[in-house]
Amino acid sequence: MSGSPYAPNTETDTSEMLDAVGVSDVEELFDIPEPVRFDGEFDIESRSEPAVLNMVSDMLGNNDDMTEFLGRGYYDHYVPSVVDRLSLRSEFLTSYTQYQPEVTQGFLQALFEYQSILVELTGLPVANASMYDAASGLAEAALLASRIRDADGTDVLVPEYVREERVSVLENYVAGHDIHVKRVGTADGTLDIDALTAAVDEDTLMVYAESPTTRGTIEEHLAEIGEIAHENDAMFTVASDPVAMSILEAPGDLGADVVVGDAVLGMPNAYGMGLGIFATRDDYLRHVPGRLIGIGEDQDGKRAFTLTLQTREQHIRRERATSNICTNQAWVALRTAIHAASLGPDGLVDLAEQMVELPRDLAAQLDALPGIEAPIHDRHHFREFVARTEAPASEIVAALEDEGFAVQAVDDHELQFTVTETNEHAVDDLIAAVEEVVA
Amino acid sequence: MRHYDQARFHDDEGPEYEPLLSEKFGTEQAVEDTPLPDELTRDSLELPAPAEPELSRHYVRLSQQNYAIETGPYPLGSCTMKFNPPFTEDVAADPNGMVHPDRPGETIQGNLELLYTLQEYLAEIGGMDAVTLQPPAGAAGEFTGNRIAAAYHEANGEGHRSEVVVPDTAHGTNPASAAMAGYDVVEIPSGEDGRVDLDALEAAVGDDTALFMLTNPNTLGLFERDIEDIAEIVHEAGGLVYYDGANLNALLGRARPGDMGYDIMHYNVHKTFATPHGGGGPGAGPVGVVDELTEFLPTPQVREQDGGEGYELFEPAQTIGKVHNYQGNWLVLIKAMAYIARLGDEGLCATSANAVLNANYLATQIDLDIPFEPFHHEFVASAGDLDASDMAKRMLDFGVHPPTTKWPEIVSQALMTEPTEGESKETLDLLAEAFKAAKRSDEEALSSAPHRTTARRIDQADAARNPRLSWQALDEN
Repeated sequence: MSGSPYAPNTETDTSEMLDAVGVSDVEELFDIPEPVRFDGEFDIESRSEPAVLNMVSDMLGNNDDMTEFLGRGYYDHYVPSVVDRLSLRSEFLTSYTQYQPEVTQGFLQALFEYQSILVELTGLPVANASMYDAASGLAEAALLASRIRDADGTDVLVPEYVREERVSVLENYVAGHDIHVKRVGTADGTLDIDALTAAVDEDTLMVYAESPTTRGTIEEHLAEIGEIAHENDAMFTVASDPVAMSILEAPGDLGADVVVGDAVLGMPNAYGMGLGIFATRDDYLRHVPGRLIGIGEDQDGKRAFTLTLQTREQHIRRERATSNICTNQAWVALRTAIHAASLGPDGLVDLAEQMVELPRDLAAQLDALPGIEAPIHDRHHFREFVARTEAPASEIVAALEDEGFAVQAVDDHELQFTVTETNEHAVDDLIAAVEEVVA
Repeated sequence: MRHYDQARFHDDEGPEYEPLLSEKFGTEQAVEDTPLPDELTRDSLELPAPAEPELSRHYVRLSQQNYAIETGPYPLGSCTMKFNPPFTEDVAADPNGMVHPDRPGETIQGNLELLYTLQEYLAEIGGMDAVTLQPPAGAAGEFTGNRIAAAYHEANGEGHRSEVVVPDTAHGTNPASAAMAGYDVVEIPSGEDGRVDLDALEAAVGDDTALFMLTNPNTLGLFERDIEDIAEIVHEAGGLVYYDGANLNALLGRARPGDMGYDIMHYNVHKTFATPHGGGGPGAGPVGVVDELTEFLPTPQVREQDGGEGYELFEPAQTIGKVHNYQGNWLVLIKAMAYIARLGDEGLCATSANAVLNANYLATQIDLDIPFEPFHHEFVASAGDLDASDMAKRMLDFGVHPPTTKWPEIVSQALMTEPTEGESKETLDLLAEAFKAAKRSDEEALSSAPHRTTARRIDQADAARNPRLSWQALDEN
């Protein structure tokens, strides 16, 4: 009867099972009233595996083959082959949430190690076992702030450089609560301290900053921003990423109460799919969203790993849970941990140094061209920078698109260029194309 | 009887466990002479540095200490853990689909066509008019559905509607998602037959009701036969009806939420369409809506361009905005699309038939009381005088994963069991044998189980009382 390539019962099995159940036809088992029955016709053709492979490869083959110099929060780093080889083992890929810890020690240990790597990078003692993305991390930080703060603050202050998409997710998460998102001005690509000082008051619930920012600048005044937030009893949340945090001073050491961000390591350029990170202070442990892996002892007194503090979670606390997260990004967290461990501290620091040097070199080459000034912010940059153009940026983008390069226009006369180890080889060709286009 | 010995790695004189990376390969690297000023940089970075052969052995050993669907059956009720055909991994690995999310739509027609195709498949399967693929998990889909309902009521001048109604058997994510969206949660008791009590529903809905959230079959595996009346009661009160897609596996091709009167639904592609669950994710939680709600979907949506010349992204007129920074969990969406395309009409219908037959057959073989029926793809048995957790731990000794335990609470010592369509009769017999062997185990064997797993029974209460969540925390003790 099976009728599906992934349902193994033979006709003999089926008839024995029907006998055991005491019906003559499987249809008798469906307790569905006649008016809402459906006839099973979706008009979806059944295909063989090679036919599906061809269908999808034909579809995706319609994408233009372009060299991307895009970033603004999502970055392509080389993922070592060993990450695929290990993470694709079915014991990792096809397991479920570790509700029976005795038989899932392997994944639990891997997630515990992931949490530990984030503790080192963020400088904060508690990291959860993953968020969907940086945007949901930011949003959960705002909800956490509203739970823990004694005063009556309702405003979340967000710099103008933050991606609109990230702010939109934040606004959706806080819409049902008495929390309001307000924008704070920026100066030369980073948060304007004077504007922040003017904006912060007793209504401030949380101050948010990024380093590196969406415009590629390194925020040089994180400690000062944190002090301004704390003087007003507001929480301080910083977004960063594991590569940047490998050389930048740990946000936790600069006063951040929460660190969020996109993990960047572990995933190839996957059309925006990745992993959000979330770390915070011990004080907020019982308010942390999502899963936490802890260490305990088994009945032989041996060290063992388990999901812990589950009384915060939705399956126990229901509408009073710290968040609704159930499925998260655990497998991506595993990949991130393998990637980080494969680089080691040496490799991570090397990579981070390249992320300072590559944009510096690219900016210098662009700056030498007529009609373009790069970078426009007199700041230290990480992976990317904004350049000013004489010609309208959209025209340059369109012309570069014809040459096979994808670059982002961020304003009428502003272009943003992102360079990592995966597109570094194409820098000379890009420079040649830009020179031709702006000429 | 099959027995199970799980991998354990330990030394005679060393630790009795696989050491942490930091315990084997911890190193501290000074961070100096960077291209940045010293005041911006950290002094050192302390992380493990295994060479690749050592790294590989570490993670292979960890993998061997982990139960998965290829290890054996995984009948976790409501979680729908079934076989994931490996070819979908190859489909998802197509390098042409690995593009940056900021690429303009006209340069990534392939990605847009794939998203559009999946949107159309899901709309057809659910009987919905439009689908967003953006939510990155089922609970994120629930939250998105709640936000859509809020935007709809607001647009109709009914922003005062402040309550979401859920049955007491609802998944915990339902009330948690509604609360995150700012709603007050009203829980109604189930009726004597384990289904929605229409009188209780009638009494609970009114001018304040925004949404009623209900899976069907419900979490006891029972079909809500009164679904048309349920939808009418909620609609009469001005509320919307939400379908939690966790149990869609049982209905594929047999009934559609849209035809039953549901207005909003989410799909758990990692349950219904066998995209791997990755030890806790990623999943994806697309949301389908009926016509009058399509304008409120997250932005962007994909549509065919006029004249059929390709696809374009657009912003729905009254969009709620975004629920994911980018386009959701792209690789999971590819796998879901490939799985549906592989099965087609015939395979999708066969899925529900086999899932329902397997559940019904297993139920006849386990010799436990099953208080509510007739059930579809999952059933809730009672462990009776035994502790359901003990039963579950004992089952681990026989090489099978136990069912979901002690939930829903309306069944005493519940064992919520869902074998899925992917198991053969032979495996179901093995599972049944494990249930029976666990049940007839003596008290000592039950209370001390499991015996041959990587770890013995773990004191979870103690782990929560004394949280140690990183290797740094271990060093402090």
